[in-house]
Amino acid sequence: MTDKIVTLNHGAGGTAMRHLITELFVSHFDNPALSELADAALLEVNGSRLAFSTDSYVIKPVEFPGGNIGKLAVCGTVNDLAVMGARPLYLSIGFILEEGLNLNLLERVVASAADVARAAGVDIVTGDTKVVARSECDGIFINTSGIGLQPLGNGLSSNPIAPGDVIIVSGTLGDHGIAVLSAREGLTFQTDIESDCAPLNDMLHTVLSKSAGVKWMRDPTRGGAAAVLTELVEQKPFGAIIRETAIPVREDVHAVCELLGFDPLYLANEGKVLMVLEAKDSDRVLEILRAHPLGRNAAIIGNITSDSPGHVRIETMVGSVRRLQRPSGELLPRIC
Amino acid sequence: MNILLPFRDADVMQRIAAEIRQFDIDRPLRFMEVCGGHTAVIYRFGLTDFLLSTIRLVSGPGCPVCVTANDFIDRAIALCELPDVTIATFGDLVRVPGSTRSLAEVRARGGDVRVFYSSADALTWAREHQERTVVFLGIGFETTACTLAATMAECVQSGVKNFRFLSALKTMPAALQALFSAPDVHIDGLILPGHVTTVTGLSAFRFIPREFGIPCVVSGFEPIDVMESVLMLCRQIKDHHADVENQYRRVVRDGGNPQARAVIDEMFEPCDMPWRGFGIIPESGLKLSPQFAFWDSENVTVEVEPPQEHRGCRCGDVLCGRIYPSECSLFGTACTPETPRGACMVSSEGACAALYHFAPVNYDR
Ligand code: SF4
Repeated sequence: MTDKIVTLNHGAGGTAMRHLITELFVSHFDNPALSELADAALLEVNGSRLAFSTDSYVIKPVEFPGGNIGKLAVCGTVNDLAVMGARPLYLSIGFILEEGLNLNLLERVVASAADVARAAGVDIVTGDTKVVARSECDGIFINTSGIGLQPLGNGLSSNPIAPGDVIIVSGTLGDHGIAVLSAREGLTFQTDIESDCAPLNDMLHTVLSKSAGVKWMRDPTRGGAAAVLTELVEQKPFGAIIRETAIPVREDVHAVCELLGFDPLYLANEGKVLMVLEAKDSDRVLEILRAHPLGRNAAIIGNITSDSPGHVRIETMVGSVRRLQRPSGELLPRIC
Repeated sequence: MNILLPFRDADVMQRIAAEIRQFDIDRPLRFMEVCGGHTAVIYRFGLTDFLLSTIRLVSGPGCPVCVTANDFIDRAIALCELPDVTIATFGDLVRVPGSTRSLAEVRARGGDVRVFYSSADALTWAREHQERTVVFLGIGFETTACTLAATMAECVQSGVKNFRFLSALKTMPAALQALFSAPDVHIDGLILPGHVTTVTGLSAFRFIPREFGIPCVVSGFEPIDVMESVLMLCRQIKDHHADVENQYRRVVRDGGNPQARAVIDEMFEPCDMPWRGFGIIPESGLKLSPQFAFWDSENVTVEVEPPQEHRGCRCGDVLCGRIYPSECSLFGTACTPETPRGACMVSSEGACAALYHFAPVNYDR
């Protein structure tokens, strides 16, 4: 590690963070379930297949259009389990609260966490609270962990990902990233963009129960679709190509991105999924997704290729083709 | 419908590309896009895919973060280490390495460095935090100078006492004059910055065709704008003609914006300014006029470390169009957006960062 101290880069989801994970955490904690580095660990316990996941939430501001940190903390862990093909069952929740925090705000956060847990059909069965002195944390930090059951024979296809497979996204990209940005101190533009924060387990369960062709799913949170797609093909014998014109992006999200120099492919989402599936199942899965309220804007955005193994390519709007690189560093708006 | 889509139409691109190919000029051409915004568009939309290999696009000194010299960052860091000082800045600048450190590193070790999206937001923050002295890092060209002048006018009028301005504002014509006066720079045509020209007007750049015989086109920022500008440059070359033409008519008026220039003149005056890659260019910067000296943090005495260049970094050569980013031996290995060795790898409009993020398909790193 080149830096002697932790910098924001170490948390930005790029190369610095990967180094931290592989060179520090994985090397110390080393075990087979962890080294998969998936969104959730898959564990065999007495013949059952459990998925187990944890995530911490530190978002500024705590409340944003379309949600708050409580809703986010529940959805995030539910989704991490669901994309592994598991049925989320139980969650833990831990709060770190800053002295001076408004109790009404805390109640709003807890209530929406409870609401969305109920909607997702998971129980929050254990928890913890710590209060730290003023300025030792920023309002509310939340950690959630969750366990789910991975049904045998009814989950993801065990066929390997192969050229010709289709890449689907379940809806518009970048809503969460822009919604949070627009609510942040120091940013004065007004939009109606709401976070897409939502539990995906019901939709994904429906898809998996009706199609056996889904091979891979990820929720493109921090680092966006670019992060999960580049990770999908990294060091693999196949590549991927996506078409910019096929990617669903809200018009207003697109406008803000143009203004600030962001690319929706790199913005966080909290209620979207990317899938790779067999081409013959794509129409059917698209139909299932579009019939679900969370998947109305689902679209086929590209496919797996045999050329350019290890790389994602993007066919731009104007018809040129270039690489899609993995995210690196903090996202910063441009000057002009 | 999205208003930008017509400027990104694949068929129109093909048509313009075909027209450019027809010119078949018998020598290789090097066109410089001056503005970082153009650099980003060229790489993001892979525009070189549409051009014959005889036409090469090289980046120029128009990315404000990239041309910010090390001693500016060093001075900002020194100010940040004074008691009760908050550094307010645009985002990109935070990660630009100074002589030994970046503001991001200073922040990680406890320095109060805050990112704002506009100078007006920073001024508001200063008003709400009277206990801090807020130093705003003013970088940019004529367009940004105009909004910064408005903020400083507001600051002076309302007597905000805890807001200061550290200027690295630059003016584009002076830099181009310096660039073309350098002996080893060979450029056949210039794609001029649309945003800057909205303020300066076309006349500010007329000396380029006149003195150096180089054709110029003021260009918009959509892919089709840039392609059309390339076409217009080819046409001037074919006709043995050199002028400043305006491709970006939907935004840029030939006379520019006199009111905006008046706002700038009211608050700022020309000064000598250091540019990365060029050294000090006379009269190429803007600083607060003497009557606003109170708000000018140039007047604060601090000990600033002696400036040093980054070993191996060739930002200077990249900014003058002497080399392509990939010709720098640190590119993509020691120097990446997460471990930038130079400013051109930090800003999304920097040529090095643009090549890294939007690498061509056959790129081997
Ligand atoms: S690649 Fe990095 S080190 Fe090389 S010129 Fe660009 S910014 Fe400087």
